[in-house]
Amino acid sequence: MLQVRHLSKVFFEQNDPRKPGLVALYDISLSVRKNEFVSLLGPSGCGKTTLIRIVAGLLPADRGEVLVNGKPVTSPGRERCMVFQQFGLLPWRTVLGNVEFGLEIEGVAREERREVSRKYLDLVGLKGFEDYYPHQISGGMQQRVGIARALSKKPDILLMDEPFGAVDAQTREQLQEELLKIWAKTDTTVIFVTHSIDESIYLSDRVVVMHSRPGCIKEEVVVDLPRPRWEGDIKADPRFAQLRARIRESLRA
Amino acid sequence: MALNALEQEALTALDLSRPRPLRLTDHLGLLRASSVVLFLILWEVFGRRVNPLFLSYPTAIANACAQLLASGEFQRQALGSLQVYAVGLGAALVLGIFLGLLMGRYRLAEYLLDPYVYALDATPRVALIPLLLLWFGLGAQAKIAVVFLSGIFPVLMNTFSGVRTVSSGLVDIGKAYGAGERQVFTKIILPAALPFIMAGVRLAVGRALIGIITAEMFTAVTGMGALLIRYSSAFATDKFFVPVIFLALLGVLLSVAVEALQKRLAPWKETERAL
Ligand SMILES: Nc1ncnc2c1ncn2[C@@H]1O[C@H](COP(=O)(O)OP(=O)(O)OP(=O)(O)O)[C@@H](O)[C@H]1O
Ligand SMILES: [Mg+2]
Repeated sequence: MLQVRHLSKVFFEQNDPRKPGLVALYDISLSVRKNEFVSLLGPSGCGKTTLIRIVAGLLPADRGEVLVNGKPVTSPGRERCMVFQQFGLLPWRTVLGNVEFGLEIEGVAREERREVSRKYLDLVGLKGFEDYYPHQISGGMQQRVGIARALSKKPDILLMDEPFGAVDAQTREQLQEELLKIWAKTDTTVIFVTHSIDESIYLSDRVVVMHSRPGCIKEEVVVDLPRPRWEGDIKADPRFAQLRARIRESLRA
Repeated sequence: MALNALEQEALTALDLSRPRPLRLTDHLGLLRASSVVLFLILWEVFGRRVNPLFLSYPTAIANACAQLLASGEFQRQALGSLQVYAVGLGAALVLGIFLGLLMGRYRLAEYLLDPYVYALDATPRVALIPLLLLWFGLGAQAKIAVVFLSGIFPVLMNTFSGVRTVSSGLVDIGKAYGAGERQVFTKIILPAALPFIMAGVRLAVGRALIGIITAEMFTAVTGMGALLIRYSSAFATDKFFVPVIFLALLGVLLSVAVEALQKRLAPWKETERAL
């Protein structure tokens, strides 16, 4: 479904475009199956956002390539959708207008996109806030608007850059469960960036551990916990603890 | 959104409807009105003591106004000025916004156009009036050109910097959702730059008004500017104040109108701004 091959990205100095400033990604290779849930885990600044932006087609790579269904990615496409780390809302649009944005670009008729958008707003628990502007709602709520917008496009690949970073612990758990349920119902492939070891284990089929300078993949850990994971207390499972210890070790090394 | 039962209860407990102690800031409108009335009274009282060649007073001006209106002279000149103003300003806004968008978004356009834009903008418009009169004569054309040149640069510059401040993050949102260049332009750049554009429009409206009056004072044939010259050289100070007050009111009216338009076009800015 998605293949990343020997991807490298170098950022150059602002005031001297010939002088390399930072090797953000070095020789990243990653292969993701259809309907797989993969987490990218790593310290701040290790290039997670950069990687996901290249996969989204928003940033060109310096070496290597990204293939979606065998075709190289050069620009954003309708089969990939992004949830931005900094919410990515348009300040001049209301909550509903923001969710509608993706469908509007696609040319979906007004009535239909209204209806679909309301459905997804309801899904992320924002019913009643349709007419608010982004600056009038909390960070966690803004993030949920971003999620609703991405989901409304029913993408094949959902790229999520720390989507729950700005959300309180309870809401976070709720949204994790919601995401798993949506994912189980659809055949979406998810690439999920996070800082939280527990979150990555709870959600993923596979955790990709990255480290920085240069940003590269250190290890891939397969999470073979049973699904659905929202039933019972999976985090108390001894296998969960083992994975947690293993990934923590990997991050530290 | 509807309040829930607990919120409703809290609201009842807060009892916000209770009369608050008298505060001056609660009656700002009233204060403004009384200040204006006071000013007019003082002007009337002191104005009557001054030689009418130098200063008139409100009731005399009102009289002069009635005379001018009755003869139809004032309306004719005002209408002429307004027509020239509307045509020149309209052209300035359209072209200014268009060029500003173009130069803000495309490097090529910026590099090709900015020498002329900066040079013309830096030249005081008055300096160009004699030349424009030479080219277009004493009629409406020359005045339209002056109004146009006075109005175009503030909109152009503001639109340009508005487009420039649109962050790549915003453009990325559009692109990530599959927007092409045209959609990025209409759905991201334009709304993001709109508050800047409106600020430019507001400036242009004022500058163009200065432009038309300056041009008319130069030609001294028709329009408000000509009336100003005519009455001041005849030492008819009371009549002189009629176009002055008309222009002041017009300026205020236009600026209120632009502000209202801004609120309609960019409502998100209203709730976001401080104060
Ligand atoms: N446009 C850019 N120009 C220059 N350097 C950049 C740019 N974008 C990112 N970088 C650098 O690349 C490195 C990786 O950044 P990136 O945003 O991908 O990190 P991250 O893993 O997402 O971090 P975080 O977890 O804090 O979000 C950082 O050191 C950052 O300074
Ligand atoms: Mg990041």
